[in-house]
Amino acid sequence: MHGTIFDIKRYAIHDGPGIRTTVFFKGCTLNCQWCHNPEGIKFEHEIMFRPELCAAECWDCVPRCPKKAINENGTIISIEQKKCDLCGICGDVCAYESVEIVGRDVTVAEIMKEVEKDRIFYDESGGGVTISGGEPLAQGDFLLSLLEKLNEKGIHTAVDTSGFVPYEILSLIIERADLILYDLKVMNEHRHRIFTGESNTIILENLRRLSEKGSNLIIRMPVLKGLNDDPENIQSMVDFLLPLNKSRQINLLPFHRGGEGKLMRLNKKSPLVEFKTPSEKKLRKIKGELSSHGFHVKIGG
Amino acid sequence: MNERIKKLREQSLQAKPSISSERARLVTEFYKSNVAQRVSAPVQRALAFKHILENKAICFNEGELIVGERGPSPKATPTYPEVTAHSLKDLRILDTRKKTSFAVDEETRELYKNEIIPYWRGKSIRDRIFSEMSQSWIDAYEAGIFTEFMEQRVPGHTVLDDKIYRKGFVDFQKDIEESLAKLDFLKDPEAYKKREQLIAMDICTDVLIHYANRHAEKAAKLANKEKDPKRKKELETIARVCSRVPANAPRNFWEALQYYWFVHLGVIIEFNTWDSFNPGRLDQHLYPFYKKERADKTLSEERARELLQAFWIKFNNQPAPPKVGVTAQESGTYTDFALINTGGVKPDGSDAVNELSYLILDVVEEMRILQPSSMVQISKKNPDRFLKRALKIVKTGFGQPSIFNTDAIVQELVRQGKSVEDARNGGTSGCVEAGAFGKESYILTGYFNMPKVLEITLNNGLDSRTDKLIGLQTGSPERFSTFDDLFDAFKKQLKHFVDIKVAGNNIIERLYAEYLPTPFLSLLIDDCIATGKDYHDGGARYNTNYIQGVGLGTMTDILASIKYNVYDQTHVSMRRLLTALKSNFEGHGTLRQRLLNKTPKYGNDEDYADDIMKSVFEAYFDAVDGKPNTKGGNYRINLLPTTVHVYFGSVIGATADGRKANEPLSEGVSPVQGSDRHGPTAVVKSVGKMDHVRTGGTLLNQKFTPQLLADEEGIDKLLHLVRSYFKMDGHHIQFNVISADTLRDAQKQPHKYRDLIVRVAGYSDYFVDLSVELQNEIIQRTEHLSF
Repeated sequence: MHGTIFDIKRYAIHDGPGIRTTVFFKGCTLNCQWCHNPEGIKFEHEIMFRPELCAAECWDCVPRCPKKAINENGTIISIEQKKCDLCGICGDVCAYESVEIVGRDVTVAEIMKEVEKDRIFYDESGGGVTISGGEPLAQGDFLLSLLEKLNEKGIHTAVDTSGFVPYEILSLIIERADLILYDLKVMNEHRHRIFTGESNTIILENLRRLSEKGSNLIIRMPVLKGLNDDPENIQSMVDFLLPLNKSRQINLLPFHRGGEGKLMRLNKKSPLVEFKTPSEKKLRKIKGELSSHGFHVKIGG
Repeated sequence: MNERIKKLREQSLQAKPSISSERARLVTEFYKSNVAQRVSAPVQRALAFKHILENKAICFNEGELIVGERGPSPKATPTYPEVTAHSLKDLRILDTRKKTSFAVDEETRELYKNEIIPYWRGKSIRDRIFSEMSQSWIDAYEAGIFTEFMEQRVPGHTVLDDKIYRKGFVDFQKDIEESLAKLDFLKDPEAYKKREQLIAMDICTDVLIHYANRHAEKAAKLANKEKDPKRKKELETIARVCSRVPANAPRNFWEALQYYWFVHLGVIIEFNTWDSFNPGRLDQHLYPFYKKERADKTLSEERARELLQAFWIKFNNQPAPPKVGVTAQESGTYTDFALINTGGVKPDGSDAVNELSYLILDVVEEMRILQPSSMVQISKKNPDRFLKRALKIVKTGFGQPSIFNTDAIVQELVRQGKSVEDARNGGTSGCVEAGAFGKESYILTGYFNMPKVLEITLNNGLDSRTDKLIGLQTGSPERFSTFDDLFDAFKKQLKHFVDIKVAGNNIIERLYAEYLPTPFLSLLIDDCIATGKDYHDGGARYNTNYIQGVGLGTMTDILASIKYNVYDQTHVSMRRLLTALKSNFEGHGTLRQRLLNKTPKYGNDEDYADDIMKSVFEAYFDAVDGKPNTKGGNYRINLLPTTVHVYFGSVIGATADGRKANEPLSEGVSPVQGSDRHGPTAVVKSVGKMDHVRTGGTLLNQKFTPQLLADEEGIDKLLHLVRSYFKMDGHHIQFNVISADTLRDAQKQPHKYRDLIVRVAGYSDYFVDLSVELQNEIIQRTEHLSF
């Protein structure tokens, strides 16, 4: 069995306890406009082009493309997306790291080989492997067999999910993951639909059911200025979470602009709205508000 | 810090290093005297020491608690013409160069012109060394294959143990007397030599006691005149302290510090020793005094802190003696590498961290000065709290303290033949060098340019910079049919040059033993008194020589590149590669990018390159380790560069790892700058694959941005990173916490900063991979946090 991932990052220190390695699954069930990993949204492989690195003297990729999808105009190359079948030869050829295929089909064994390299750090720090994305649960079977293998090797596991998945899959995953990092974006259903493309009904319902089962959860909330940092949204969060006795840890993740450069490289349009990071003061206020209701709140991670 | 310390610290920071002609004048005066001609070499040295200390100016800085300066004022730095007789040109360079300059006044220049240079030219040990070296040594030295530590400074790398806190110089005199009484002139052909050595040491004890008494007298005089009753009392105390130590064992914290300081001055006035003389395990040595006085309520924590701070400033007032030529390039710094050790284990192997260890770290954090440098020894037995305290200072971004693995150090020293107790009482000094404190002469003899040797191998013995045939003719590289053929040729070439270096060392060592013994330093190091032998002549219990390997990362990446691109993937022929290198990649830009970006590199936890690193390590180890020196000890390896990787890079053309001609080499055991792309755990794993235990020290630098260590959690995780590295027997790790300025530079020259990791928000990423907007945002945030 193969799964599709787009990155493996070591020394991930904000994705759960200890020193971790984070595996990023490719493909997401939501389409959040502020996404800082836009290369994780599509399930298919993609071509990423960084024109600033392309060197005029080179053109090594042009004749090597089997589909003749690459042209040069004397200063820079262009790629005809329609002709391109994502074979990846151009990425291998490009010495300047200007062209790169995002997405790799890998086996569980291949991931294990990579993540087991940092075993000594997991053991020392109480860390482990976090599976993020994209939406890892969208590749449910592959995720399950990866988790099984990690369990077998005694490696601590965390799964980062948007919650926008069928509960049946979620319930299988929580059996095998030591920790669920559960994203909670916007409480208002309408706003959620506008900015992520989907309603949050299933997300909230899944969270309620997970809490009832007593799963080990950390709520992660991306905080965006003007989108979800208003008192109403915080109040609705409190109202929703308070009755759930197992959702006491909330990590606030202030929005950052990490996705912008990548959108350009992926030849995607920027979102219509310009998202902004909330001020330190605002973050502290939200933290204070949530803490006053008995939640453990951390800014970051 | 209080007003007094603030003032003294400011005085130290403001003082501009200058050359003081005092010592040069006095030593020349003595050598010209009749008495100097009539005595044996050790006694001659002892009498020279006497003449200098009896006649040099006594300096008291206002408000001082710990007294004594090497020169007539802070940072007035003496010269050592019997070692290096600087020419007028040298003096001009020292005076005017942009980095590490020393002001030279007219009077000094005149003295040099009329007295110093005429007397010492041809007689200084430096002149002797160069005239004694073989042509092959000279060729290799000039090609930049190795440097020579002893050409301008005297061997002296050693650190003090606890003996001066137990014994006064009067007690040393008794030990000397005993040794003299045991001399057997009937059976021991060395008896006369030993007698002269012991007499010389005995003279030196009196010299230092007398020197301390001159300070006592001066303090008493100043006390008499002093109007402020508080200061008057202090001066009276200083007078008492200086008449008590070093003659007698210290009774309290203050006396202990002042005693050490007199000893330190003795060592650095006797000679311009390489380098790093320091009290070593200061928290261990001072703790009995601290504990007792705290219990008796005779010492407040505040006074202890103040005395330590005053002590710190004394170090900062003594820049490394002026260096010129290649030596200035290999060690271009004012620091003289005194490295205060804290933490580690006791002789019985138990946790040695105490309250004083923490107090010393407070002092390090508050003083923030270049000298002394500081380090923490971390054993698996030391508490996390201690390491965490150290990391919180590291986080403030001034590169101190560095972090060492006690458990590795002990294994290294035991492997070299030291007793377990001597090893546990040891630590590291200089940059990262492991030693048995108080009992070992561990001499760094010079840096060794591994990539240069490979370059010569690829040119069949020719130095391409000068077109001189200086190496073995191991064959044209185009004829090597496998990578192993190339590597075998390199090993032959390596052995050839290491042997040239060692042969030179064996002569230089004897020159020092015969002509410039060091009786004062010998007093302090076991077992010189017991054996009647000089520190330069095998008197120390352990005698280790090092040749410091440089450019391991560059070496590995060059070889990995040739193996991968020429032999395995056959992307490029050896001929084409060598042509590209010769042209410094002119017209081969794409090939260069392939070498940089599409070729395995050390530091990414990939075995392809890391296995080559291990082979390079083994080849260097085999060429050096175990060779005998002339003092009854052996050669060992260590891997550190100070600043020589810049000089060594400047003599090498373009290399197969994509490095352009004359660019710096990698430093220590760190990966090539910018080539490690998988984060700190991958680096640590790669570096951990080498057998650190078979070295006497390795140096690993890592860069972090302040954001990564912003919160407790970041510190915790860094702590685990360190602990994990130490589980792999890693010797040392140091963190640079990066400033906004550096990040701006990283924006302008991203290729140099490939390995720079920054905390973004919910995750960490490579800085150069971020969008410009995000980079700007982070730079802004950094400024809030940077110091």
